[in-house]
Amino acid sequence: MSNALISVLAVNPVPWARSQMAFTLAFHIVLVPLGVAWGFITLVANYRALKHDDADALVLAQRWSKYMAVTFAVGAVSGTVLTFEFGLLWPRFMGRFGDAFGIPFAIEGLFFFLEAIFLAIYIYGWKRLKPWPHFWTGVPIVIAGIGGTASVVAANAWMNEPAGFTLNSAGKVVDVDPWAVVFNKAMPLQTIHMLVAAYLVGGFLVASVYAWAMLRGRRDHYHRLGFVIPFTVAALAMPVQMLVGDELARWVYNNEPVKFAAIEMVPKTASDVPETLFGHLDSDGQVKGGIAIPGFASWLSDPADGTSTVIQGLDTVPADERPTNGEVDVVHLAWDVMVGLGTLLTLLALWYLGTWVFRRRLPKSRLFLWIAAGAGILSVVTLEAGWVVTEVGRQPWIVRNFMKVEHGATANTGVWVTFLAVLLIYAVVGVSLILVLRLMSRRFRKGAPDEGGGPYEPRDETPSPEPAGVS
Amino acid sequence: MSDVVAVILMVGITAYALFGGADFGAGFWDLTAGGARRGEAPRRVIGHSIGPVWEANHVWLIFCLVVLWTGFSEAFASITLTLFVPLSLAAFGIVLRGASFAFRKEVTRTSSQRNFGAAFAASSVLVPYCMGAVAGAIASGRVPPNGTAGDAWDSWVNPTSVLGGVLAVTVCAYLAAVYMVWDARRMGEHEMVEYFRRRAVGTAVVAGIIALIGIFVLHDDARYVFDGLMSRALPLVILSGICGIGSLVLLLGRNQRGARLLAIGAVATVVMGWGVAQYPYILPTDLELSAAASPDPTLWSIVVVFVIAAVVILPSLGLLYYLDQRDLLETVTEPGVTSV
Repeated sequence: MSNALISVLAVNPVPWARSQMAFTLAFHIVLVPLGVAWGFITLVANYRALKHDDADALVLAQRWSKYMAVTFAVGAVSGTVLTFEFGLLWPRFMGRFGDAFGIPFAIEGLFFFLEAIFLAIYIYGWKRLKPWPHFWTGVPIVIAGIGGTASVVAANAWMNEPAGFTLNSAGKVVDVDPWAVVFNKAMPLQTIHMLVAAYLVGGFLVASVYAWAMLRGRRDHYHRLGFVIPFTVAALAMPVQMLVGDELARWVYNNEPVKFAAIEMVPKTASDVPETLFGHLDSDGQVKGGIAIPGFASWLSDPADGTSTVIQGLDTVPADERPTNGEVDVVHLAWDVMVGLGTLLTLLALWYLGTWVFRRRLPKSRLFLWIAAGAGILSVVTLEAGWVVTEVGRQPWIVRNFMKVEHGATANTGVWVTFLAVLLIYAVVGVSLILVLRLMSRRFRKGAPDEGGGPYEPRDETPSPEPAGVS
Repeated sequence: MSDVVAVILMVGITAYALFGGADFGAGFWDLTAGGARRGEAPRRVIGHSIGPVWEANHVWLIFCLVVLWTGFSEAFASITLTLFVPLSLAAFGIVLRGASFAFRKEVTRTSSQRNFGAAFAASSVLVPYCMGAVAGAIASGRVPPNGTAGDAWDSWVNPTSVLGGVLAVTVCAYLAAVYMVWDARRMGEHEMVEYFRRRAVGTAVVAGIIALIGIFVLHDDARYVFDGLMSRALPLVILSGICGIGSLVLLLGRNQRGARLLAIGAVATVVMGWGVAQYPYILPTDLELSAAASPDPTLWSIVVVFVIAAVVILPSLGLLYYLDQRDLLETVTEPGVTSV
């Protein structure tokens, strides 16, 4: 009886481990831009408040930091879960490569510590620290966000471009070059790509809330400022991202040809490869459907050689060392989504920047605001799509050319249970997060009884020697 | 070299026990504070006490995990494979705990506060229990070497694990109560000073009793660690006992500041005693630290990171606690407390 029960519960853990890791990462990555970029956006508002004596900017900065306290808390715990999952889901990977792969995380821990400390000081320091010292306690948050992102992306890049270790004949890591692990070949471009992504997603996300408010008629200075500060950050980041992305794609073409073949859906090595929009691979591995632009994929890969550029096909590696046809479809679709939405967001950014440069004002069109209000969600979809490209595109490897995902996974047959539990818990936490943020925004709008005396005021008990507020 | 990294790991575990532990304990007192009306005052002290510092306190856990998997990856693999269940439970608890605590501060309806509060408080007990059970599993030699899995259930449902779990919960509650006596005094909540002082004394006594029972449990179930505690680690054990009794005496004599310091000493020496007792093993008595350790360059990078942390993080942490203790950090007022 109990044996029968156990055999029913004993399910191959690999697909469940992949699902759980994918789901928890997909959840966490939405909070990353808020943790990394919102601090900077808040400091811009804070700076403006202090430098130009702008009361609205001060209220914005203060409220943003309160939202940030909530999103950072959820980001911190969902990040902690990822730390557990490296062991719980991928113990054989960590057991074998932890001595190399772990190093960037040790550095990340440092930055995360700094971020948590100064975020606490900044968020809780509004009332009783003096204005400029308080502003400066926010700066380490921004630096730590950048450093932390670089470290985590370095670890991910290492999975794509493993370097800095020596294996003995038994496959055990016997020597490590920490520098080469962290600064592996894929690290610089991947890091810049993710950092810029964090800033543009964070900017679009925050701005979209105020775009929505403006559409509903709240067009006062406060709401305009709440829109302009984050949207400007995003609009400046977006064109940069297109250039970085283009550079990274060409880097993948040169260094990770199999991933590139999946991205461009190229079954056989060829020149004059068309750029296929959408479409899929059929059971024979041939491209079906979609809209083909003749020669364009080749041209993009190396404009110098134009359409005669040869792109390596999926067939150049054995079937068990490349993504399956289904995975290729996913990678290709995710790629199309990322590039398509990225282009749309770039046009939106250029519209905004152009109007600003030539007319010195916001675009007046309601259409602009409508798209801007959707840009938050769209940029998150773009971010997720980009992450799918790099992760699914590496399959079946967890460490490219060294270890397959199935060999890194846990043997625990109960992973499906934890996956379901994670699904449930994260659904509750995610919905609660959105409801709580909305509740806070309503409370702020009602006149914010919770804010008490406002920032930078002397303490009630002891009169401050400095005059309150902004000098 | 592996010994240096082991010491770093112990520093991390001790810091997590002292800072994160007090945080969990605060959740324990939240759980036992009673209904919305009766529990209002203690919960106010709890929220005030851990509000600004809880995230920084829990980074120590990440620190420990990272040092473990980078420095002793094979042992890490064994531990996570064997202790899948308690570690998964702990991870879930951490999510629920942190998220609910952040949410509770921002919601205004009593029922929402109660729901988030319950999730926060219940997971504050679950997580340290699981961590203590994991420590018990390692100490009693139930985690096999070579990145292989031990028994999925017996490994953490056994006398030493139960001892570890119960002791962890009690010690967390004790630490938190001692800290909050101090915090309540700073807040001018005199009734709460008494409230937490009584609880600090109670948990100190209970923790002492559990520790005494624990000696017998370890004697039967975790012989290597028992022998270590009675030999190499004996000075630490004695010191812990002296600190514990001393803090109890000071609590009874209403010397809060001294009691707090001695409580820290009592807990820190217990944790370090465990480490010294199972030396030179990371998984007694199968895997020695030196055999489990990563190549030297990896260990060196851990040391370098740790030194940088000591130079950069410690002053920052000091600044945070200084500002917090000087009341320069405004804990967000609990909406339910102020409005209506």
